[in-house]
Amino acid sequence: MELEYTDEQRLLSDTIDDLLEKQYDPNTRLRLLDREPGWSRELWARYAELGLLGLPFDEAYGGAGRGPAELAVVLESFGRALVLEPYVASVVLGAQLVARAGSPEQKAAILPRVAAGDLLLAFAHTEAAARWSSTDLGTVAVRVDGGWTVTGQKIAVLGGDSADKVVVSAKTPDGEIGLFLVEGAALRRAPYAFQDGLRGADLLLRSAPAEPLGSTLAAADAMASVLDSAIAVLCAEAVGAMERMLWLTVEYLKTRVQFGQPLGANQALQHRAADMFVALEQARSMALLARLALGGDDVGERRRTVRAAKIQVDLSARHIGQEAVQLHGGIGMTWEYPVGHYLKRTAVIARTFGDLDELLESVGTEGGLISAS
Amino acid sequence: MDIALSKEDRAFAEKLRGFFAEEVPADIRARLARGEHPTKDEVVTCQRILNAHGLAVPHWPVEWGGQNWTPLQRHLWSEEIALAHVPMPISFNTAMVGPVIANFGTDAQKQRFLPPTANADIWWCQGFSEPNAGSDLAALKTSAVRDGAHYVVNGQKIWTTLAQYADWIFCLVRTDPTVKKQQGISFLLVDLSAPGVTVRPIRLIDGSHEVNEVFFDNVRVPADQLVGEENRGWDYAKFLLGNERTGVAGVGLIKTRIARIKRLAGQAAAHGRPLVDDPLFRARLTRLEVETTALEMSVLRVLAREGRVGPGKPDPVSSVLKIKGSELQQEATELLVHVLGPAALAYRETADMPDRFAPLPEGALDALPTYFNWRKASIYSGSNEIQRGIIAKAILKF
Ligand SMILES: Cc1cc2nc3c(=O)[nH]c(=O)nc-3n(C[C@H](O)[C@H](O)[C@H](O)COP(=O)(O)OP(=O)(O)OC[C@H]3O[C@@H](n4cnc5c(N)ncnc54)[C@H](O)[C@@H]3O)c2cc1C
Repeated sequence: MELEYTDEQRLLSDTIDDLLEKQYDPNTRLRLLDREPGWSRELWARYAELGLLGLPFDEAYGGAGRGPAELAVVLESFGRALVLEPYVASVVLGAQLVARAGSPEQKAAILPRVAAGDLLLAFAHTEAAARWSSTDLGTVAVRVDGGWTVTGQKIAVLGGDSADKVVVSAKTPDGEIGLFLVEGAALRRAPYAFQDGLRGADLLLRSAPAEPLGSTLAAADAMASVLDSAIAVLCAEAVGAMERMLWLTVEYLKTRVQFGQPLGANQALQHRAADMFVALEQARSMALLARLALGGDDVGERRRTVRAAKIQVDLSARHIGQEAVQLHGGIGMTWEYPVGHYLKRTAVIARTFGDLDELLESVGTEGGLISAS
Repeated sequence: MDIALSKEDRAFAEKLRGFFAEEVPADIRARLARGEHPTKDEVVTCQRILNAHGLAVPHWPVEWGGQNWTPLQRHLWSEEIALAHVPMPISFNTAMVGPVIANFGTDAQKQRFLPPTANADIWWCQGFSEPNAGSDLAALKTSAVRDGAHYVVNGQKIWTTLAQYADWIFCLVRTDPTVKKQQGISFLLVDLSAPGVTVRPIRLIDGSHEVNEVFFDNVRVPADQLVGEENRGWDYAKFLLGNERTGVAGVGLIKTRIARIKRLAGQAAAHGRPLVDDPLFRARLTRLEVETTALEMSVLRVLAREGRVGPGKPDPVSSVLKIKGSELQQEATELLVHVLGPAALAYRETADMPDRFAPLPEGALDALPTYFNWRKASIYSGSNEIQRGIIAKAILKF
């Protein structure tokens, strides 16, 4: 078992941390938040130069040929800086779906452009009525004159505001789940910022011309594997965010003076910080397990493990986020101060591709993690 | 809960309920029921309606518009206001500065301030906290120096709720820097339109503008706007903060939040059935209802004792009500987010959707912002850590 970063992963992590430390201070981020498009195209170009936008797919398609584990490395650093660029949307979701399910022609047409930073993707999957179900879709694909169209409404589409092409999940006439590529121009968008500032949209498709990804119409397996890897990397991102919340809080406890002494002189508050640390370590361990699980071949085990990891991560992030704001007092409630933005990002992560109850239910019904003797 | 009330108390509550339903504009109440905030005008309008019927300041002395109610009746009043989705009368007016002026002000101050304070002709805000005086409120530094018939005020207040609506601010100021810090503080009323006062907005994490910084630069305040005696301000502040012993629990607010959660969870589907029938969800909801009922019984116990022996000295049970009340208010906001599911994730200023998009479910706009915003409830009104300190001191007696 590889429980530590490899040298290569360490280097990757340091490179990104270094870049973000210089270019992503909280004030820069606040300026990005309030201005279109809500993130930095210059940094997107830097990520392309560093090879981050092609990280998980084959060198043949302009990628770096690294695994999902490296995506987790990237996202943990992104979590520390609260990166706003549509990386999860375009690379983790969109490009990985194309890489997993697309035909060689589709991969050749799309992936090199994603890697170069010239093409933005998104994955339109969540629906209002389906809540968190990934199979209970109301969006349908129908065949027309040798081609396909897709009809339905998707919500909470990460990066859906700016994507050039969108991968859409839809029920095929056989009742399978298919994945379809839809051009940005063929969709209607209701764009917004998410509660954490990342950009997205609700999308309306009305007989939108669509191209099936790959040759088989049944894409449920490819989709499940990409969703699992997205859940695992979101765990890593949340760990990065939690780590920053803890250290911001610790720093504050050491410097803020009330009643003639630093807040941190109160043992009651020292213990609160210690409990945050406990929660962080638990989350870090499960995020690592999720990363390892992506490399396994047992699909059921992978699925259960990444969901179990997300449960721990969400519990820890809730604890750490609420405590971080609380221990800052009023200042923690302000837009200007970073800690609330971490709370918001982790609260949104906790409700992306399933919430706590959904995950508990799913891991529980699938047998849990420890077998009965 | 009704089983804990006498027939008379129930009739009293029902009468109020009928009044609110009939006299307070239905559109305002409907908006609040949907989780929207009242506008400044709506708050003022409603307070004036209540005031016209003697229902804005029932806990004030009778000669200034109060009612001779029992503590329990006052509680039922505030609870019914919440349950009827009536905007609360401005608490800075009715629960804070009004009683201070009524108890410690001069006759001239009472004449001048109490009627417009009850009628929301003046909107007050509270200038206690400062950047370096939060939990340690007595460390406040804003100074007021006597100069003839005036005080000259310099300094800064922070976290001043709704100062952007306010006409006046009641402040704690330092009038004697040479004595023990609690002993050099005075209670001063300041007109926000006076030269030298600047109000600056602070944006909160949910994007809202609710609090402000207030700066005082050589502001000349007539000396007849000092309340009570100079350097006794700390006592008046303690009186003010101790006044609302049971209101901080916010039982009515929690109940309205739970009622809305139940209604919306009946409309949301999960796994092919209404969310409200989902066992995990139901367990969460039921636990919240049980804890809220326990809190309400604690409130009633405190009120019963108060009715018997009168308001006594600070009681650690008030701290219990603050801690548990704020926590349950917060939990209710979180459960609503849960009901909304993925529909809670977008930040939206309006519920209008482009043509042909499905309409948004109720709660999509406010659920997650309110969760973020309500983290404040365990910070203000004496943080929950300070409250735990009070309880610990009372029971451990170290
Ligand atoms: C939304 C909002 C509205 C507000 N409205 C008003 C208003 O209208 N007028 C007004 O005057 N003020 C207002 N306040 C200010 C509020 O009263 C203060 O925020 C509060 O007193 C805490 O002070 P602080 O923010 O400086 O935090 P600090 O006092 O710095 O506390 C930071 C953290 O340390 C903890 N802590 C501090 N001392 C101790 C100790 N001795 N032992 C253990 N833990 C401790 C606190 O509980 C908190 O968790 C408002 C605050 C908020 C957030």
